[in-house]
Parts: sequence; C-alpha cells; structure tokens
Amino acid sequence: MDEPVPGTVSPPGRDQLPPRGVARVQGKDGEDVLFPTVERYHDVVDIYRSEGFELLSDLCGVDYLTHPGRVLPDGVRPERFELAVVLLSLTEARRVRIRVQVPEDDPQVPTVWDLFPGSEAMEREAFDMFGIRFVGHPDLTRILMPDDWEGYPLRKDYGVGRVPVQFKEAPGPR
Amino acid sequence: MNSDPDTSFTSERAQELADRAATKPDEIEREIGSVLRLPEGHVVDASDVSIDRSEDETMVINMGPQHPSTHGVLRLMMELDGETVLRTKPVVGYLHTGMEKTGEELSYVQGATNVTRMDYLSPLNNELVFAMATEKLLGVELPARAVWIRMLLSELQRISSHLMWLATNGMDLGSTTMMIFGFREREMILAFFEKCSGLRMNHNFIRPGGTAADLPDGWEDDVEVICDTVLARLETYDELITGQPIFRERVEGVGALTAQEALALSATGPILRSTGVAWDLRRSMPYLAYDQVEFDVIVGTYGDNFDRYAIRINEVRESIKIVRQVLDRMPTGDYRVQDKKVTPPPRARIDESMEALIHHFKIFTEGLKVPTGEVYVAIESPRGELGCYMVSDGSGRPYRMHIRGPSFVNLQSLPVMLRGGLVADAIATISSSDPVMGEVDR
Repeated sequence: MDEPVPGTVSPPGRDQLPPRGVARVQGKDGEDVLFPTVERYHDVVDIYRSEGFELLSDLCGVDYLTHPGRVLPDGVRPERFELAVVLLSLTEARRVRIRVQVPEDDPQVPTVWDLFPGSEAMEREAFDMFGIRFVGHPDLTRILMPDDWEGYPLRKDYGVGRVPVQFKEAPGPR
Repeated sequence: MNSDPDTSFTSERAQELADRAATKPDEIEREIGSVLRLPEGHVVDASDVSIDRSEDETMVINMGPQHPSTHGVLRLMMELDGETVLRTKPVVGYLHTGMEKTGEELSYVQGATNVTRMDYLSPLNNELVFAMATEKLLGVELPARAVWIRMLLSELQRISSHLMWLATNGMDLGSTTMMIFGFREREMILAFFEKCSGLRMNHNFIRPGGTAADLPDGWEDDVEVICDTVLARLETYDELITGQPIFRERVEGVGALTAQEALALSATGPILRSTGVAWDLRRSMPYLAYDQVEFDVIVGTYGDNFDRYAIRINEVRESIKIVRQVLDRMPTGDYRVQDKKVTPPPRARIDESMEALIHHFKIFTEGLKVPTGEVYVAIESPRGELGCYMVSDGSGRPYRMHIRGPSFVNLQSLPVMLRGGLVADAIATISSSDPVMGEVDR
C-alpha cells in the first residue's frame, strides 16, 4: 500500500496507475479498491478514465451507522456514509472500485457526471436514498421517491414500516 | 408546464421536464444528449443543436405512466416540434417498493425471494447474482453440477426473456401475430421452470450454496424439445418479421446510438453490442462455466433498432447452442454445496440426526452467518450488466444489498436515441431498449 500523501497530483502520462497518495487494498476478486478523500475523488476517477476505464458500471451509497467496525486501510478515517463506485475497463476486462468516505455533517461529493454522463441517474438515486449531495450535478432531484418525500429511505436510522399484526387474543377494535 | 407549484397536480414536479425558460443551458444540453464525451474531432457544434426555440413552437407531452407501449409504468415527458422529438426525460419511480431496504431486513436464505421480483422477466438471473455475491463473501466453491444447472437455467431464462421481448416489440410495431408467437414459445420454457421449481416465475430456485433441488427426472427430453421447437420457430419469425419490408422500414436507422455515446452513458447488453462493441460478460469476464462452452457474441454495426432486434433474435440461437452443450456435458454430483453452515441438511437426515435438526433450525431462523466484507459481482442478464454490491457486517442479513439494474442505467440512453426522431418511432425505440420497470424502480 502506498504511503498516503495528501494533495499529491499525479503527473499526466501512461503510468498514472495506481494514483499516488491514495490508500489501496485488494478486493476479493483481486481487483483494486481505492479509498480517496472527497477532495481527490474526482481527480482519481479522471485518472482512471484517461487510463482506459471507459465505463462507469455502478455507483451507490452505503450508510455505515450501525456497522462502524469495518476494515479500512491505514490513514482512512471512517465516516458514516460511503460512496462505492465501480469502473470498468473493456480492453483489460478489469474492474476497479473506489470507495469515498462521506462525512455525516456535510454529505457533499463532487459529481463525476462531467466525466461519465452515465452516472447521472445513479447519483440521483444515491441522493434520493442517502441524501448525499453531488456538487455540480445538473439535475439533482429525487428519482425513485416522490419529490415531496421527507427523509432518506436507505439511511439506517430511517424506520422500516411494519403492518401491525392483530392476534386473536389481543384486545382489538371489536 | 406546471411552472407554478400551486398548479402542480403530481408529486414529481421537480423531476419533470422543465420549461425551456426555466432550464439552464447545460441542463438542456444534457437532455438532448449533446454533452456526451466524444472522441477528438467529434466535438458537438453548438449550431447543429438548435436549443433556442421559442416556447410557442414546441409542445411538451406526457407519454405514460399508463401508456400501454411503455412496458410498465414508465413516464416519458417529451418536447415536440410538430412530430419531431426534441427533448425527452424519463420520469421513473412509480413502481418503487424499497426492495433494497427490504433486502436488509431479510436473511440470506429469504433474500432470493426478494431479488427475484425485481426483473420479473428474468428472475433466475436476479437470484443468480444475489447467490453469487453471497457465495463470494462466504468463500464457498460450488460443485460442478450446481454450476452447470445454473448455467442451463440462466440460458433458458435468456431465451424466454428475449422471446418475451420479441412478443412485445411485435405488439408495439403492430404485429399481434408476433406477440402470440412470442408468448407461445415462452410459455414452454416457463412450463419447464414450473416443473423444476414449482413456479412459473419468481422461482427462488437458485439459492446461496447451489440450487433448491436437482433437475426433475427426464429434464433432458424437455430441454431437447424446447431447443428443437424454438430453433424451428425462429425460422418462422425470420420469415414473418426479419425480411419484411414494412418492419425493416420502421426499424432501420431509427433510434441510432454510437459506441462512444453508449459507453459514456454506461449502457450495456444488447444496446452496447448493437453499436459494435463486443462486450459480453459471459465472454469477457466469464463466470459460472461460460469459459468452457462455445458461443458467439453477437454485435451490430449501426446501433439502431434493427441491430438490437437482430442481436436479440440471434442471441436466442447462441443460447440454444449453449443449452445443447450443457445437455451433452452435464456433470453428475451434488446440486448444492454440502456445508452445514450454508445449506440445510437433506430432509431425511433431520429425522435421524440431532445435529442435522439443529443445523436446519439455525439456518432457517438465524440465517447464514456471512463474514464481514464488501463485494461487487456482475453477470450478463438479457438486458445487460446485472450487478450486486453486497456489504456484510457478519450477521445473518446483508448490511447493504444494492442491485445495479441494467434497465435503470440503460434508460439514460433513451433521450439520445429518441432525439430528432418521430413520436411514432419513439414507441419502437422504447421497446428496443427493453426496460423492465420492476428493475428500474426496485
């Protein structure tokens, strides 16, 4: 794993991979999993895009409120929210996963819509479900929930609705 | 339309297509798809794209959410100039039932019943991706027969899904004969699934650890009949549809997409392959045993509706090829992994063994204990890359279960495909992108 050097900007060229100053581990499939900061996130996605990862295959949020003890590499401070982005290289048939820690008190991330227009709907979904705001997104509105919905359904502190079960013995309306 | 909040009748106001006057230039450019990442020398000329139209020249219409040709509750807001489509915006979410949230409440054993209802035209693929993600976290290796049973079912599912698409596509283009034909052949495959799992759809057959049961006796004969019949009927479709001038005129050159646009918009499956990119996860990043069978990846050239039709009809032929190979080479052995912590013991063992009873009880009350970790697994569903990002916190339920639905992502390329075309062709284009709203809204 590289030594985390905050604010390092990689020089342009072929050998930009893996991006310097970003904590990195191997996933279960042997794919690279990177942990850039919110500030470096857009930069890292741009580096991968220019190095041939031409398809953004997935983008989703995770709320780690009730699972704080997850394994993270050294130098990465766990935050409540996480953004998991999967990029795909068609020529190398290889994936890379980028996990960004997003703080609870200011859930803002730069959009990658300018690099991958296909991230538009997925970023809207992450906003809709977790309230993560994507700065620079052209149309950051709810996508699955109605526009006047309150709260963010996939957050862990958002209650799951239940239908009360009425047992025969319990005192009922009749 | 509805620029004043007080006159709004729907709860999706901000998600709707806004007036030109109220829309920022970069948003208009996004809606007409001109901000795509294009190769050098292909920069969009601003004068090509006439975005400065006066308000009274154009008209915004709603297609859906209850339009019969939108394949579910898809609502498209279109800005029209006469009959020409200028801007389109899909408004989705009418079928949203919070299945990812529900998935966090269900154990890994119950989870397959939840995901199978997402893409209701290829339920087995949903179960497969869920089971594969769970197995990757568990780190279990499946017996060969389980893998090949999964591959057989997955390919039969692809055939049935593409037949269903041929049926609805025929209906959208005015051919009710094709609709009846497609449904008829699909029903044969669904009858086989019913024989295997007890259910025509939403099978819950592929589960973490293998499959729910072994294939029924005499499955070879059923599959052989399916292969022979569908292959023969495909010739009929070719006669009825493929060479027909009326059909060709309606689909050729309509709804075209370039490879760069498809890649930039994260489109996968037949939409990406129709533009000439030979990307099929079964070939490029093989899962199950796809590296041991022979098949061709079908690609198109022009990225239009006809290419997407031709790809699907030929993928049925390729799937039959795979099914025939599975038929010849189906290994013997167990249909699930015999790990007491992953799969329940055989029913007969429960009556005679205390441990078996305990394991059975534990699995169905607590669920499987899956080690902590995060994993992303993707398979090639009939509609494209179907992914599952699963986070486990070590308990019996997934901590987060995100499904990357190919329909949801592919829907973004619709505005680009529709732009500049006619409203009547929009129907054909929506159909050829093959959205399943259960998967879009989840």
